[in-house]
Amino acid sequence: MSPQMGTKTGTPKPFALTPVLTANWAQPRSWTLAAYESRGGYAGARQALAMSQDEVIALVKNSGLRGRGGAGFPTGMKWGFIPQGDAKPHYLVVNADESEPGTCKDVPLMLASPHTLLEGVIISAYAIRAHTAFVYIRGEVLHVVRRMQAAVDELYANSFLGPDVLGSGYALDVVVHAGAGAYICGEETALLDSLEGYRGQPRLRPPFPAVAGLYASPTVINNVESIASVPAIVSGGAAWFRTMGSEKSPGFTIYSLSGHVTTPGQYEAPLGVTLRDLLHLAGGVRGGHRLKFWTPGGSSTPLLTAEHLDAPLDYEGMVGAGSMLGTKALQIFDDTTCVVRAVLRWTQFYAHESCGKCTPCREGTFWMVQILERLEAGDADAKDVDVLLDTCDNIFGRSFCALGDGATSPVVSSIQFFRDEYVAHYTGGGCPFDPSAATLFAAEAGAAR
Amino acid sequence: MALTEQTRLALREILARYPKPRSALLPMLHYCQSEEGYVSPAAIGACAEELGLTKAEVGAVATFYTMYKRRPIGDYYVGVCTNTLCAVMGGDAILDALEEHLGIGNDETTPDGAVTLEHIECNAACDYAPVIMVNWEFFDNQTPGSARELVDRLRAGDPPLPTRGGRLCTWKEASRVLAGFYDGRADEGPSAGPASLIGLEMAAERGDRAPQMPRVASPGTGSVSMARDGAPR
Repeated sequence: MSPQMGTKTGTPKPFALTPVLTANWAQPRSWTLAAYESRGGYAGARQALAMSQDEVIALVKNSGLRGRGGAGFPTGMKWGFIPQGDAKPHYLVVNADESEPGTCKDVPLMLASPHTLLEGVIISAYAIRAHTAFVYIRGEVLHVVRRMQAAVDELYANSFLGPDVLGSGYALDVVVHAGAGAYICGEETALLDSLEGYRGQPRLRPPFPAVAGLYASPTVINNVESIASVPAIVSGGAAWFRTMGSEKSPGFTIYSLSGHVTTPGQYEAPLGVTLRDLLHLAGGVRGGHRLKFWTPGGSSTPLLTAEHLDAPLDYEGMVGAGSMLGTKALQIFDDTTCVVRAVLRWTQFYAHESCGKCTPCREGTFWMVQILERLEAGDADAKDVDVLLDTCDNIFGRSFCALGDGATSPVVSSIQFFRDEYVAHYTGGGCPFDPSAATLFAAEAGAAR
Repeated sequence: MALTEQTRLALREILARYPKPRSALLPMLHYCQSEEGYVSPAAIGACAEELGLTKAEVGAVATFYTMYKRRPIGDYYVGVCTNTLCAVMGGDAILDALEEHLGIGNDETTPDGAVTLEHIECNAACDYAPVIMVNWEFFDNQTPGSARELVDRLRAGDPPLPTRGGRLCTWKEASRVLAGFYDGRADEGPSAGPASLIGLEMAAERGDRAPQMPRVASPGTGSVSMARDGAPR
């Protein structure tokens, strides 16, 4: 396959992996400043600090970079909403609370190369005229917290952070902040409440964080991968970034393959590749089985099936297929997996993580768990599937934040594609699947029997 | 919590990191766990006093977040991921096996005080499913057999190395790091595990790479000649 990239429109692009964010992960001691600088690291930060703030914002706007945390909002535009010349302090907050089920890209990035993120933090904070940045990392990844702490210490020791960043006269402090276990804190306004020392509950918008965010001051909140993409954009330029991906979804991104796939892992590629392409690389669905369903970007994005293998994995392509790109967490499930069991477990997760602030989400997820448990146990009847859909109708669009909407995604999409399997659960007296057949060690367990 | 002068100093050191004091509350609670192993009523009182909040305000926060424990737990917190993907791949079977092997249920501690077992939600390591976390370090690609061996070694005081992380420390020591007190151990463990590197390795095998970065500044884009990752030299 040709590594050539970037024909503008028309015929499908030849597909090549494009390691940028992942390029240095195999380097010895990749997490150190010395290793990162030896590969050209912090050149982008030096360049950006020599530009005006508005030029940096314009560059990121021109690149077309869109948020990699799920919503896909244009990053440069988000920065542009920050008022300029006001008297209030500005803040940059990195959302490193990676918790969406299936999502596993930011954690390996921060573990292997914390400086990729921190170089992005310097550039982004400079652009939005912030002098304090926070990296809010979920607390359940101890060694990632250590690597970030050590990287920040190294930057202060070498005057990459502090009162005079890289001799530019620009002052920046970075605080590494560990969360304490709450999925909802990945929602940006809940994250802000958490960072202010409150329960992590979402805020009413407007006002948006760009106007009144952390401490009621202008604040930009970006995902780890979004911020980590900025140094390469500064070094390579907007046009270079746009040689990858499509017009509306430009650039490289990390796709995370997990589940019943021969070689799960992180695959960095241009936006717009297809699951068929990625599965081909990853050796396909595990031997002897076929693809049953998958998530494009975590459990909050509607399930897709084998009929969607050729849909482009970009923002528009996934909406066109009836789902969302989300976090590009491609969870692959083969024909041994009971979709009702899978959806029950996700729904239990949403019920557990619902913050309790709004009624549709708090009560709705609770009731859906009851119904799905009845289905899985064989105690449900024909009305229950319709009650599930009706409940979803009352949660979706009526919840305070996206958690409630996300909770309906697996339920509605699984009924759309696998209604027969739901029916089999109440006509056949329970779950027809053997859970041990779906495990990774199914062969081992079978041999032991 | 018996508030020693040292504890007060640590809590104030945390407080000094933030523009507004209350932002220190989560790390302060992690710090309290590092002293007592859990967040005791006295610890809630201490945080409230330092921040000028009521105990109810601090308690409301402490009980919202699952990482704060309300009663003492073992030296090793063993969390088995049973979110959908790990559960399907074997997490449910692993949790069953450990409950049977240890003779304890979810959120219970072995009588020797060594191991507390709990099922956890997705821990961002799905490409290594099924996953177990011990004191928030990764033990990747587990089976019921490997999980039994893992807890046996924890109980024998011979903790194995995490798959991707530093040497195991105790729950209290881990909580101190989460409170923002770096323990100097970032250099332990690998850069990445095999699944994290698989795409990079395949790219090398196939000769795939990102397009070359331009050598000359493109007008209006602010880009200049740079040799860095993503730019073949």
